[in-house]
Amino acid sequence: MPEAKSKVSPSRAARFAVFLFQRVVQAIPVLILVAIGVFGLLELAEGDAVDAYLAGIGAGDAGLAAELRDRYGLGDGLGSRFLTYSTRLVQFDLGYSIAFSRDVSTVILERLPNTLLMMISAILLSASIGVILGGIAAMRKGGPLDAGITFGALILNATPGFWLGLLGIILFAVKLRWLPIGGLSTLDADYGPVRATLDVARHLVLPVFTLALTYLALYVRLMRGAMIEVGESGWVLAARARGVPERQVVLRHIGRPALLPVVTMIGLQSGTLLGGSVVIETVFSIPGLGALAFEAVSQRDLQLLAGILLAGTLLVVFVNIIVDLAYGLLDPRVRLGAGEIA
Amino acid sequence: MKWMRCHGGLIGGLVLLVIALIALCAHLIAPGDPLNMVARPLTPPFTDPRFPLGTDHLGRNILAGLVHGARVSMTVGAAAAAAAISVGILVGTLAGFSGRIIDDALMRITEAFQTVPTFLLALALVSVLGASAANVVIAIGISSWPPTARLVRAEVLRLKGADYVDAARLAGRAPLAIAFLEVLPGALQPVVALIGITVGEAILVESALAFLGLSDPNLISWGGMVANGRALLRTAPYLVVLPGIAIAVAVLAVTLSGDGLARRLGILGRR
Repeated sequence: MPEAKSKVSPSRAARFAVFLFQRVVQAIPVLILVAIGVFGLLELAEGDAVDAYLAGIGAGDAGLAAELRDRYGLGDGLGSRFLTYSTRLVQFDLGYSIAFSRDVSTVILERLPNTLLMMISAILLSASIGVILGGIAAMRKGGPLDAGITFGALILNATPGFWLGLLGIILFAVKLRWLPIGGLSTLDADYGPVRATLDVARHLVLPVFTLALTYLALYVRLMRGAMIEVGESGWVLAARARGVPERQVVLRHIGRPALLPVVTMIGLQSGTLLGGSVVIETVFSIPGLGALAFEAVSQRDLQLLAGILLAGTLLVVFVNIIVDLAYGLLDPRVRLGAGEIA
Repeated sequence: MKWMRCHGGLIGGLVLLVIALIALCAHLIAPGDPLNMVARPLTPPFTDPRFPLGTDHLGRNILAGLVHGARVSMTVGAAAAAAAISVGILVGTLAGFSGRIIDDALMRITEAFQTVPTFLLALALVSVLGASAANVVIAIGISSWPPTARLVRAEVLRLKGADYVDAARLAGRAPLAIAFLEVLPGALQPVVALIGITVGEAILVESALAFLGLSDPNLISWGGMVANGRALLRTAPYLVVLPGIAIAVAVLAVTLSGDGLARRLGILGRR
């Protein structure tokens, strides 16, 4: 019925917009709370941005300090400092990085693409290997393959990411010499666009695999549990009774619904993964947000650290909204927006 | 699989017991300061019977480091997990038992803590508070309580309407007393399932912080040992490999025994 279809699609787009709007509005109180928390963290630190700045330029007297504090609204009481802080935040002004002598937001935006590239690859790799292994384990439930996969996941879960990364370097970069030891690209090479891309990909193999393997266990466990649970449901029995080929039963009737908790977990895990990238980027000297956080800590650049915390939170919120949208696409029962059941 | 399900908890528990004994008797097994130089630097493992696991680039006994590191990692891990679980129980009980406004406010705060990347928060807290064992415990505690809070809140909400709670209310007990003395004990059982995971996670975060140099400089820790060995990755990989194995074995033992405990209490499914 073409008529009905043309009626449905605009309302669907509208529902989509309403859903997106609702999710963004929902995120606002959380973001405000995080901003307050970060302000508290900065207040907790000894010395303020002016002290750090004066220490950084290695000069200055009480007069200059007072003048700077006055200009940046840091001299007055707690309340007015918070006002200054929040007005600047609303304007997306994250302050000035002493370590890099540039605006914090500029430094963060410069590093963001590398982290995004690594994070997205690691999430996709981790989830897909986890789904496949978890699926195999569920289908061979109780067998030796299941035991092997479950135990392997347990061990990976207990392994610190930085150590796994260093083992990878020892094996694949030092002993076998297959992969580069770190960095994001070969420094003095003058490659064409294709070779340059391949070069970056080669540099990303070890860090992405390390990050993905560290968080693999969760997806294996989740997929295995979900597949076993779905496998006992009525529609699977019905499909088998209808004589649907086993392959199709596993992939479509069991596999697809079992993917839903995995998709939710991707959103929940994004923060953990971003945290893990601090260590992994440091191990592999990848100039991303995580390594930047470590540099901010070691140079005591608190403005930068606060900015990274806020940017990281924003990134997690963003990933979660995307995951919720993907959820709606995967599960035909979910209708975005008003929550009606079609 | 079946074998692991039955005996995983037992084996994990035994390994954990051995690690705890080693940690307790560290000064007997390896007397003296593990940070002291005792032999020729970079003695490889299994060559000198006095230093079975060799020495590092400063001639420090690696076995002594591992043994004393166990003390730091296990204490900090356990204390941090205890802190996280306590905060989680407190917030979860208050949220579940209070009225809507307090519940909403506490849950928004929980959500905020869950949205900030956990390790970034711990990193920021340690760097602001200063690198000491106590501050690492505080930082991990502050950054990893939300899962416990959510679990406890759900349980408290479930138990809130039970008859014995109504009875306590009719008997005129104060709401806080009902929440913490009547409802909470019943809500605690599922928390047991989180203990193993929380402690394991805390040990991993502690080791990662130590690896980045954010731990007490006067205490030896497994993560710090890995960081020290990093510069000699090509020539002496055992400096990195050995302490890493210690971390993985400890976390695995903690997770397995936590799992086993929860299974024995019938909290986790038999699946």
